[in-house]
Amino acid sequence: MSDLTRLTAAELADKIHAGEVSAAETTQAHLDRIAAVDGDVHAFLHVDAEGALEAARAVDADIAAGTAPASPLAGVPLALKDVLTTRGVPTTCGSRTLEGWLPPYDATVTRRLREAGVPILGKTNMDEFAMGSSTENSAYGPTRNPWDLDRIPGGSGGGSSASLAAYEAPLAIGTDTGGSIRQPAAVTATVGVKPTYGGVSRYGLVAFSSSLDQAGPCGRTVLDAALLHEVIAGHDPMDATSIDAPVPAVVDAAREGARGDLSGVKIGVVRELSGEGYQGGVLRSFEAAVAQLKELGAEVVEVSCPNFTYALPAYYLIAPSECSSNLARFDAMRYGLRVADDGNHSAEEVMSLTREEGFGAEVKRRVMLGTYALSSGYYDAYYGSAQKVRTLITRDFAAAFEQVDVLVSPTTPVTPFKLGEKVDDPLAMYLNDICSIPANLAGNAAMSVPSGLSDEDGLPVGLQIMAPALADDRLYRVGAAYETARGPVLDKLGELEAAK
Amino acid sequence: MSNISRDEVAHLAKLARMAVTEEELDTFAGQLDQILDAVAKVGEVAGDDIPPTSHAVPLTNVFRTDEVRPGLSQDEALAGAPAAEEGRFRVPRILGEEQ
Repeated sequence: MSDLTRLTAAELADKIHAGEVSAAETTQAHLDRIAAVDGDVHAFLHVDAEGALEAARAVDADIAAGTAPASPLAGVPLALKDVLTTRGVPTTCGSRTLEGWLPPYDATVTRRLREAGVPILGKTNMDEFAMGSSTENSAYGPTRNPWDLDRIPGGSGGGSSASLAAYEAPLAIGTDTGGSIRQPAAVTATVGVKPTYGGVSRYGLVAFSSSLDQAGPCGRTVLDAALLHEVIAGHDPMDATSIDAPVPAVVDAAREGARGDLSGVKIGVVRELSGEGYQGGVLRSFEAAVAQLKELGAEVVEVSCPNFTYALPAYYLIAPSECSSNLARFDAMRYGLRVADDGNHSAEEVMSLTREEGFGAEVKRRVMLGTYALSSGYYDAYYGSAQKVRTLITRDFAAAFEQVDVLVSPTTPVTPFKLGEKVDDPLAMYLNDICSIPANLAGNAAMSVPSGLSDEDGLPVGLQIMAPALADDRLYRVGAAYETARGPVLDKLGELEAAK
Repeated sequence: MSNISRDEVAHLAKLARMAVTEEELDTFAGQLDQILDAVAKVGEVAGDDIPPTSHAVPLTNVFRTDEVRPGLSQDEALAGAPAAEEGRFRVPRILGEEQ
């Protein structure tokens, strides 16, 4: 394996901008790594070697001409989750419904990456339409965790996190509706950030649950995630829910945090995100992380958010309800799959037969659950009550943030489980999101940063940090300080199954 | 008591325009019943005095200036269509024989 694939995005950017290595050889090194290991890992649904090399050569031409790089990450390649549209490059959302579809436009995130000179290596695997916690709901087969190829890489953005852990890409983009950036980050020992809702444009992000969906940066270090955050964030008139406010200074915060001093920072441990259902090794890793935060000078107190125990049920009403409405667009008329168009079936029959064939089991379950929750007669008891719980969770956060600057918890209650273990038990699968969902319901910013390996099974554990809306910079300060004190987790390449 | 019957699942599938199989009806009825049991918990704290929140960002009526901007060409818009004819989306018949 080339040394270039072992470097962080920040290190690669320095070398490329100093002319020590070219963007083209950097991109080629990652394409070679993908060719070598992706047969095992299956992080990518589509590799766009030509497009990535072309973007890299444009950066090299700028540097040769003495032009300033387009961004601090110009020339550093990236893996893009297959739920963000890419003009002329396949975008499937992990679904048969969109097999072979070539979007006619770029998502705003994609456009910003292109303008920043970031070569896009390809599109990463995911649970169909971002519904799942394991990538097993992908119509194109699961991604495997580089730490143990028999285990799940998390989901829905398992392809993005696995590409980082397998050193196929130094940077990736995920999307997080209930934990789809943070849980994959936790189980692969990488960093993932769900920015404040509205912080990154949703234009061109194929919608699952519009009031919760949020794109965000993934990397192997907190600083790399911060550099990527600043490239993709900011107001976008194409997204009516985009926040028209300055992007928090996350790179400065990451650099400040890396100095390893958290004195003056108040951190709250959420009492309700612990206890029954949490793996012992996860809880011990979390306790060690909290002790380390204290050593860094932070004041740590326990806080109670009593309504967080209702977040999971509320989420599994709100998200399916919004999904049942959003996925109505897959009607076999304007794009995507169409079956049984043989002159003997009406439009409505073609629609029903196409959706039966094009959607997987989890998508069908959620569409029906949402259809049920929104039906008259059930609306008040289910969807209406879930929206009230959303109010209560927002109030819990507000009260907690009057006492502390950030909240911490494990990112997910268990280490990565075996492929196939929970695929037939939807409720067991949903429990993976128990710690990550509150931040989505309230629209807060949240991060997962590696907190070592579980003492039981030697598998990765993540520390979740949560901050108020528009205070994303606090995540990066605390996350970088912790990362510096903890030391790298993903440095034992020989232990990765994907390296063998 | 069961929350949801097999017939109700069939009705939901019809409303959602999904032609589910007989086998799927059995599986989904059991699973949806279990899920509904678990999510009904929201009723425990959803009192009458609590206002609902539909969205984390309290924004209303975001306007932009009404000016002509380039959009997709007809060819681009039709490029992903399952079937197109004479510059339009071609769809199966919408009305039944009897209508």
